[in-house]
Amino acid sequence: MKYDLPTKEGYYGDFGGKFVPEILIPVLEELEAAYEDAWNDDIFQKEYHQLLNEYVGRPTKLTYANRLTDHYGKAKIYLKREDLCHTGAHKINNAIGQILLAQRMGKDRIIAETGAGQHGVATATACAKFGVDCIVYMGAEDMERQKLNVERMRLLGTEVRPVTSGSQTLKDATNEAIRDWVTNVEDTFYIIGSVVGPHPYPKMVRNFHRVIGDETRKQLAEAEGREAPDYLLACVGGGSNAIGIFYPYIEDESVQMYGLEAAGLGADTDKTAATLTIGQPGVLHGSMSYLLHNSEGQIQLAHSISAGLDYPGIGPEHSYLHKTKRVKYKAITDDQAMEGVKLLSETEGIIPALETAHAIAYLEELMPKTSKDEIVVLNCSGRGDKDMGTISRNI
Amino acid sequence: MIQTENRIAQLFERHDGSEKIMSLFLTAGYPDPQATVDLILGFEENGVDLVELGMPFSDPLADGPTIQYSSNVAIEQGITMKKILHIVEQVREKSQIPIILMGYINPVLRYGVEAFCRDAANVGVDGLIIPDIPIEESGILKEEAEKKGLPIIYLVAPNTSDERMRKIDQQSQGFVYCVSVTGVTGAREGDEVAKSVQKFIDRVKKNVTKNPKMVGFGIKSHEDAQRIAADMDGFIVGSALIDTIREHYPEEGWKDEVFAFVRRLKYGKE
Repeated sequence: MKYDLPTKEGYYGDFGGKFVPEILIPVLEELEAAYEDAWNDDIFQKEYHQLLNEYVGRPTKLTYANRLTDHYGKAKIYLKREDLCHTGAHKINNAIGQILLAQRMGKDRIIAETGAGQHGVATATACAKFGVDCIVYMGAEDMERQKLNVERMRLLGTEVRPVTSGSQTLKDATNEAIRDWVTNVEDTFYIIGSVVGPHPYPKMVRNFHRVIGDETRKQLAEAEGREAPDYLLACVGGGSNAIGIFYPYIEDESVQMYGLEAAGLGADTDKTAATLTIGQPGVLHGSMSYLLHNSEGQIQLAHSISAGLDYPGIGPEHSYLHKTKRVKYKAITDDQAMEGVKLLSETEGIIPALETAHAIAYLEELMPKTSKDEIVVLNCSGRGDKDMGTISRNI
Repeated sequence: MIQTENRIAQLFERHDGSEKIMSLFLTAGYPDPQATVDLILGFEENGVDLVELGMPFSDPLADGPTIQYSSNVAIEQGITMKKILHIVEQVREKSQIPIILMGYINPVLRYGVEAFCRDAANVGVDGLIIPDIPIEESGILKEEAEKKGLPIIYLVAPNTSDERMRKIDQQSQGFVYCVSVTGVTGAREGDEVAKSVQKFIDRVKKNVTKNPKMVGFGIKSHEDAQRIAADMDGFIVGSALIDTIREHYPEEGWKDEVFAFVRRLKYGKE
């Protein structure tokens, strides 16, 4: 099965596209041309991979989780250790890629949105490393919930602008970043933090994260003599870490992929972020994808214990992979995620991010169906230090 | 139902250029649905030629604080697409003022494109402006709108190339909406708008030749409008109108204050 999406119009089946005001069309065209040129340029690739190696700390390890494997007594479980990236999560892969592109385009003002603060911290980090001005939009409510990350960004020299419009969370921070962008199109580069937004962002962000899956292929071949596992697991909010590990395996039909989204208090309650489980297609932040919205098309507030999954949309490519059933998406509740945090901490000595814990929690359901000669790879997308406040309140 | 005599087309046919056509943007359901009906009916008596009725959306990413505010108020008070269409229906009982529905695509998609175009045409809507549908994405709406005789009006911006302006002019029906400055909707300082706008206006004149040209974004006074729209067919005011409503509502006589503002916009000092 050959997979070569998106189309040149930026579509993954019915999903994707460029649903943006006219002002942004020339900007997106300029970005797409610059991105394609850079991505196919050996000098750019060399510089990007050198930074991933020397600064981010790649390749990240593929760790055999022996005690977790013994816990279930079924398939072997490996962890792809994105938690070992500089700044503590995979987000930095993309921030480094986009800032290199911004430099190449001569844009010296960087803006970004952030929810939990992980993408904000990654962007602030990249901007400090390159000596570039950076403004991060963050919902006032999220700033309260994630004070430590606000302090980290400020220490890195970034201006954190509180967003008081709407629900004061990630979707509103994204609106505000887009408003800044349409006002300052000439000199500003918008570093989007997930595989969302108008084309070419979902493609570009995916490709800056595909290094996760590319490395996994090589590392698994060394460890097990085969590049492809039987199962791949990753958590999904916007979907950047998941697409990073899934994408290099999409054509391997034997690999069963699972994306774990946040059910919050339950996908059948109104406190949920289970976009693919209960959402309907629509347009938010520049692309067509599944969304949580009411019968009038007004966007609903998402809920998850994990701030990084607390978003009422999802990347368009995930909508496509869901619709075609190439990837199975399941919803994990807040309580299940908390169990996942405990399980990995106690068996492997790794405290995972609450986002990652959603993928771990699914092992309860998956593992009994596996056999001893099979292999599971789970993308350990981030570490849990940032979540210790929430974890200690809920344990 | 094919509308053979579109009210927007008639408006521009009648227009002799002696004064600028004035279009006002108003959020449907702000300050409340009945007030929206009353305002539109009053507009017609106070020099307004065209009404852009905003369909509120929870995430208006191309709008500044003013229209974010009026959209939120309308949504919190329970505005729905059905209620918006009913506002038009009520106006149509008494008035033939051209009405354009303007808003983001998501509420339209959720209502259903086919049902939306059918119901909008039936209550007497004359055109659509959907800012997050650039010509690239027009396929999602074009066919159904055409079937119901609803023109789609597209926008050009200061960073739109000459070639693209010509392409947009070909696809746009009714008029071309010229966004005078980059940025979100909202009142700006007059000087700021004036500085960069003339170069843009000159390019619009050269490239938009099929359609009438209306200019908007950042116009808040008669003087702004006369200067910026000097070479255009008319101008559009939105945020400054809503700010005026916000300033006076719900004092006694607030509508008269709004109508006085509208007359000043069109005719200058009284």
